[in-house]
Amino acid sequence: MSKTYYDPADLRKFGNITDWNEELGDKFFEYYNSVFKEGALSGREKALIALAVAHTIQCPYCIDAYTGDSLKRGITKQEMMEALHVAGAIRGGASLVHGVQMMNKVNKLEM
Amino acid sequence: MKKSLQARNNDLANTSRQLEILSNGIFKDELPTFASKISKTNQFPLRPKKLEILQINVGYMCNQVCAHCHVDAGPDRKEIMTKETMQQCLSVLKNVAVHTLDLTGGAPEMNPHFRWFVEEASKIGVTNFIVRSNLTIILANKKYHDLPDFFKKHNIHVVSSLPHYTRGKTDKQRGSGVFDKSIKALQMLNAVGYGKPNSGLELDLVYNPSGAFLPGNQQELENDFKKALKEDFNIDFNTLFAITNLPISRFLDYLIASDNYEDYMYALVEAYNPSAVENVMCTNTLSVSWDGFLYDCDFNQMLNLKVNNTIKHIANYNEEILQNRNIIINQHCYGCTAGAGSSCQGTVA
Ligand code: SF4
Ligand code: SF4
Repeated sequence: MSKTYYDPADLRKFGNITDWNEELGDKFFEYYNSVFKEGALSGREKALIALAVAHTIQCPYCIDAYTGDSLKRGITKQEMMEALHVAGAIRGGASLVHGVQMMNKVNKLEM
Repeated sequence: MKKSLQARNNDLANTSRQLEILSNGIFKDELPTFASKISKTNQFPLRPKKLEILQINVGYMCNQVCAHCHVDAGPDRKEIMTKETMQQCLSVLKNVAVHTLDLTGGAPEMNPHFRWFVEEASKIGVTNFIVRSNLTIILANKKYHDLPDFFKKHNIHVVSSLPHYTRGKTDKQRGSGVFDKSIKALQMLNAVGYGKPNSGLELDLVYNPSGAFLPGNQQELENDFKKALKEDFNIDFNTLFAITNLPISRFLDYLIASDNYEDYMYALVEAYNPSAVENVMCTNTLSVSWDGFLYDCDFNQMLNLKVNNTIKHIANYNEEILQNRNIIINQHCYGCTAGAGSSCQGTVA
């Protein structure tokens, strides 16, 4: 097997994290499962948020998981890509909005 | 147009090759076989309960060649039920107490004796008479245009496949142009009253995933389908059945070719739900093939696994003897027990 940091098969073993700390692991999964239940937001909306966040934090496991989850829910690839652009826009915007800080600093330092 | 596995001389047209794949590989050492899985909950061997549904496959010919088809149907398939075999089915129907008669194919409407058979069978008076129509057949030829009226006349419960409410996803699975024709056909069915409130004319849709993933929640999908079809095309229907693609025939070929087979089997096994086993389709259904042989279900029919019983043909039908049998299972059965379960009537758990 090639040596890589990420192995897609490891995603299936996510549940094993409870092996070394059952109490906290169980609490985490209970919380996690509650978060994704239909609530004020639909399961579909939550899946798209999760997909966008997965790309923002660049977690390959989450990307696999929520791409699959979106397909299961009948979400189209157009909708999925739009969600990613929302993540991209916020991410890009977060860099650019700091431009104001840069401008303030330049304005303060320059004669 | 694409061809069936059989016409392409594909390795998987040979059902024993399919069973060999399903019985070996990851099921040798990594994953439990279906038999061992259901043994853990004392559900082995799987036995039929009361017979409620007779599902008759009147032929493998179809006007479509869908990528996922478990029948390997298509225009090139010539297996068609004869009138004689239909007569044998009718004699059995007169004497059994099934509440549902379910006609499937291929495209059942392409059988030249289809209308005669429906007329004769409806005289017998089963409570629920289902025809699985692929929708596009209604527009395929002038001679089929009046099918909505014909269905209505015989109070047929129409069950139709529509993998998605968007063109892209539907056409990718079922062939280009299928979406537009399906929409038109649904509107024609609506026009005679199908799917309309209080009409008594049932129109259900079947959703199955267009790829190597399991179906999501049936109720949520139904809500999405209802909303989109109503808003975009003013279409009404009754219920959406979410069906899991079983790893046989063309879907198995797709899984292997796209390198998804192992992950898909893992997903099915992981989603195994013991409470779905209680109500898998084979526990209350018997499947009849175009040539009159008997099977535990339509999937076993496509794997050429005839019932494990001394009686194997509709001509010798004897309910008492037939009900006393073990259902033949293999790893494809995981498709019926994943998540909320899957049957021709959608989820079972
Ligand atoms: S899935 Fe149905 S419509 Fe498609 S090829 Fe098979 S029998 Fe025909
Ligand atoms: S594939 Fe057929 S035999 Fe197997 S569980 Fe499903 S209905 Fe029963």
